[in-house]
Amino acid sequence: MTAIDISARAPAAAIADRDRIGAASSTGISIRKLNFFYGAAQTIRDFSLDFPERRITAMIGPSGCGKSTILRVLNRIYQLYPGHRATGEVLFGGQNILDPGIDLNLLRARIGMVFQQPTPFPMSIYDNIAFGIRLYERVPRTEMDDRVESALRGAALWDEVKNKLRGSGLSLSGGQQQRLCIARSIAVSPDVLLLDEPASALDPLSTGKIEDLIGELKDSYTIVIVTHNMQQAARISDITALMYLGELVEVGPTDIMFSRPTQQRTADYITGRFG
Amino acid sequence: MSDRTLDPNRYLWRRLTNGFFLCAAIAVTALGLVILASILITLIGRGFAALSPQLFSQPTPPPGNDGGLSNAILGSVLMTMLATLIGTPVGVLAGTWLAEYGRGTLVAATVRFINDILLSAPSILIGLFIYQVVVVPLGHFSGWAGAIALAVILIPVVVRTTEDMLLLVPDRLREAAAALGAPYWRVIVSISYRSARTGILTGVLLGIARIAGETAPLLFTALNNQFQSLDLNGPMANLPVVIFQFAMSPYDDWQRLAWAGALLITVAILVFSVTARIVLRTRDQTR
Repeated sequence: MTAIDISARAPAAAIADRDRIGAASSTGISIRKLNFFYGAAQTIRDFSLDFPERRITAMIGPSGCGKSTILRVLNRIYQLYPGHRATGEVLFGGQNILDPGIDLNLLRARIGMVFQQPTPFPMSIYDNIAFGIRLYERVPRTEMDDRVESALRGAALWDEVKNKLRGSGLSLSGGQQQRLCIARSIAVSPDVLLLDEPASALDPLSTGKIEDLIGELKDSYTIVIVTHNMQQAARISDITALMYLGELVEVGPTDIMFSRPTQQRTADYITGRFG
Repeated sequence: MSDRTLDPNRYLWRRLTNGFFLCAAIAVTALGLVILASILITLIGRGFAALSPQLFSQPTPPPGNDGGLSNAILGSVLMTMLATLIGTPVGVLAGTWLAEYGRGTLVAATVRFINDILLSAPSILIGLFIYQVVVVPLGHFSGWAGAIALAVILIPVVVRTTEDMLLLVPDRLREAAAALGAPYWRVIVSISYRSARTGILTGVLLGIARIAGETAPLLFTALNNQFQSLDLNGPMANLPVVIFQFAMSPYDDWQRLAWAGALLITVAILVFSVTARIVLRTRDQTR
């Protein structure tokens, strides 16, 4: 059995299953013939794309082309807003996550997301990390301390905050806040990380730290990153997909996309002639 | 080509107009402040003269006898507390629904509209309403009826501030929590309430300040009671109605007590309003 049933199971059992099967099963995602609607307006058309396991896939394209919408479909966060609707298939762990029977909360616990603006919760640094863990696990105090520390180390933030874990998450700098959000996402051990322009609100130094971090996280997670910054896509991603007006223009290994693209539009976009 | 030099006559006219409206604005402001100051000076002068320890220890007296306001103070505190206990959960939950679940729906728009009407409804109407639905069926005035009437006045204030404060919480915080797999009720409790709690508390404090001085709804519901009473099923003394009755009476000692009561209420409302402001400011600083 490679499929992990995330639809109808107690959280603990689902997590146990995931840990048991996780190594063997694919954590890649496949989108098949996806259409997306904001009310009556269709913003994604007949979109198909694979996100391979433990690779960084960068989504690039001009503003409004639907990159972020794709991310918001992958964890179905769009469902928070009435009138947003997706059709087609998104296969993850052998299941179509667009299925109405899917437990959204369990799905989101497996597919973490980091947003463009840092979003620390109005609580201590420690509780920011512990919040997600406490949702699905009952963890003794000492183990929680370890989990928080390893999440913060994983996000390269531990050394900067280890002496002020009880301080407010809002007291950190923008770059630190963003790494806190990444730490928070990896603390719940997801399979996939969705990064929506995670460095666009940060200064170059913080951006560098975030990019280094993303490179390290690749070994453990399937990563999808949306970015406006072409150099960033070229620097950190394994695969690059170019979108335009809600459709996929071209996808391929990043070095080939940036050196020998097959589509004229890709060549134009990466050289800055449109978009 | 137009003449770019300043026309001194036009400039003079503008300065005159400006001066006129500036003076008018200052005059009107001064008028308002003078009225407010004269009210406060009279209130403080007469109220302080009537303050005494027995105000808090003895119930309202018959004319010509010594007495205080202890029964009215106790009744007011008791009914205001009850109204807050009834009104706060209802108001906070309704405001939460409007801000978190009902957004963009017709039902929410209707509820918000009706709530705004209730917010500015004359309090005497609310008194009459509670008189009809509580006092008449029970057959007697009661502290409960008074507390319910006050709660009905408090609720729209709390609904409004709760909704406004929750709408100030950025949606991306809600998304971030939901993206970790938090069920929506958890998002509300752990994220929305946590971000908006001081604002919501301020709304409750302002609501209490609003009901502390209400007379009309109590006139039809709790009425009054000459004696010290903790019985919520019977008529209950309260400061606003005592002030109303004593101030209208021909007796000097009753009128003095009315001034003392008015001062007490004013100070209580001031304390609530100032507390609300301090609470809000503390929040601004921690952000």
